[in-house]
Amino acid sequence: MADPMRIRAKAKDGGVNVKILMAHEMETGQRKDSAGKPIPAHFIQHVSVTWQGKVVLSANWGPAISKNPFLEFDFKGGKKGDKIQVTWTDNKGDTRTDEATIN
Amino acid sequence: MKIIQATIFGAAALAIAYTAQAQDYRAQAISMMKRDFHAKGIAGMDRLDEDTVQKICNLSHNNPPKGLAERLQQDQLEDIKYPADGKFLGDWKSGEKIAQRGRGMTWKDKDGKTSRGEPNGGSCYNCHQIGPDTTSFGSIGNSLLHFGKIRGYGADMQKYVYGKIYNAKAFNLCSAMPRFGHSDTLSEEQIKDLVALLLDPNSPVNK
Amino acid sequence: MSSIKLRVVVALSGLAFACAAQAGQTATPVKVAAQTKKAASKSRSAIAAEFEKFRDIMEEASPAELFEAKGEELWKAKRGPKNASLEKCDLGLGPGVLKGAYVKMPRYFADTDQVMDAERRIVYCMVTLQGFKEADLAKKPFSSASKTPDPVSLVTYVAGQSRGMKIAVPQKHPKERDAYNTGEEIFNYRAGPWDFSCATCHGADNLRIRTQDLPNLSSKEGAIAAFQGWPGYRMTGGLMHTLQWRLNDCFRQQRFPEPGYVSETLSDLLTYMGVNANGHVYKGPGIKR
Repeated sequence: MADPMRIRAKAKDGGVNVKILMAHEMETGQRKDSAGKPIPAHFIQHVSVTWQGKVVLSANWGPAISKNPFLEFDFKGGKKGDKIQVTWTDNKGDTRTDEATIN
Repeated sequence: MKIIQATIFGAAALAIAYTAQAQDYRAQAISMMKRDFHAKGIAGMDRLDEDTVQKICNLSHNNPPKGLAERLQQDQLEDIKYPADGKFLGDWKSGEKIAQRGRGMTWKDKDGKTSRGEPNGGSCYNCHQIGPDTTSFGSIGNSLLHFGKIRGYGADMQKYVYGKIYNAKAFNLCSAMPRFGHSDTLSEEQIKDLVALLLDPNSPVNK
Repeated sequence: MSSIKLRVVVALSGLAFACAAQAGQTATPVKVAAQTKKAASKSRSAIAAEFEKFRDIMEEASPAELFEAKGEELWKAKRGPKNASLEKCDLGLGPGVLKGAYVKMPRYFADTDQVMDAERRIVYCMVTLQGFKEADLAKKPFSSASKTPDPVSLVTYVAGQSRGMKIAVPQKHPKERDAYNTGEEIFNYRAGPWDFSCATCHGADNLRIRTQDLPNLSSKEGAIAAFQGWPGYRMTGGLMHTLQWRLNDCFRQQRFPEPGYVSETLSDLLTYMGVNANGHVYKGPGIKR
């Protein structure tokens, strides 16, 4: 069960600054538990951000990204009151989408 | 017997300094803790009981009347078991490991051993500067760097250091330092190794 | 939409990251994170000062906020045997009032005739409003790699509703003053095999264990450390912890037996430390080493 993201989107200088925190274990698959058994890899593989139906960011991620990742980016277009949607999908097929309003 | 007499005398004398209201809060705090805590692993509920030294230090805010402190320190001094072979210097290399190790005696640990099965540590670096190579040392205790070089390596000094580690309260009743021998945290051999860390001329502490 | 500037802060371990921006834009990765430069006080070691800088950078991307978000979901969701939300929970300012409640706890609650800290009160609400059993909540109350207990996220959410507000732990009710005085006695109580009290490590200025600075919780200046940054996201292990955990682990290292979860002993101790911190501004859930 995926936990909520924290998204901040702020209009500035004709663009929008987006900050996203995602709750995820981001397990690399290379660690072992206390019994010496490998902990299976579990990480976000794809992140996409849409604004008015258009993809403004699409990223492929791997196991080198840290636990509970933070992502910040700017995009042009977008104004106060518009909504953006953020979706991630992990290697086990789990997914989470959250929405935020630009302010 | 001596200890019991001193307690009665001490508690009576200190009760005067401790206001009636503070006494109430203290009594309330103790009974509350005894109600709210539970034994876990090796950490039994008896650990909440004060012994004489703890009680006098608690009642006097770690500032006991001089005469009483001296008497109780004498009791603590008599409690120290010095090595039967009369030798105080062990292996400083092993002493360094004991000084570095901070584990042991918590509810996660085992009887006489850490949770990892190693012998208890002395947690020495947690509070003291000791060897020249460890820069992550604490500041609750004084620096012990160059201990032997400064204070000398003689038999009296060796006996003092052994006793200080075994029972720090024999020299300063309300010292912050644990009584490592008295509390069965460290063995005779381990304390000897720590003495060597401070007093072996070949120990890096004295280089 | 011609350019995208990307910044991925590798929040925990400083690992390199592999990130490919697609959709035809040129990616300009890694813009240097803005740093809040705070003058490190002279008493702090250089290492500690460096860590403070790191923490400042991390504050704006604090993973603690994830637990606030989780806590908010839990707060509003109908859960437990009674299928109720916590929205009627009274944290001292009236049912459902969260703004500023955290910085005014522990406080006296007439309905229980007890002084309760935030976590104790929230657990009380989970029991009375939602029908959870306190014994179940107390079984595994602290975060582990496999689980963050619900009260942890809930406390973090509630604490976030006091961000930027002044700490004002009340001392009006006689039981609140009793709690402070009893808490002070608990703080100074030496016992156990190592003769430690809380004060052994936290009762004087400028003390350190190894390189870790120890706040003097008996002083006005130092006591803020018992409040600030808690609940805290601990970078060691990446776990969210509340003050209930902090006090539990302190007693462990004090070589004491284990204090009961959300017990009166801990509420009283938190009252003592909270009142000492009164007047400072609370910055919200934070980040710990």
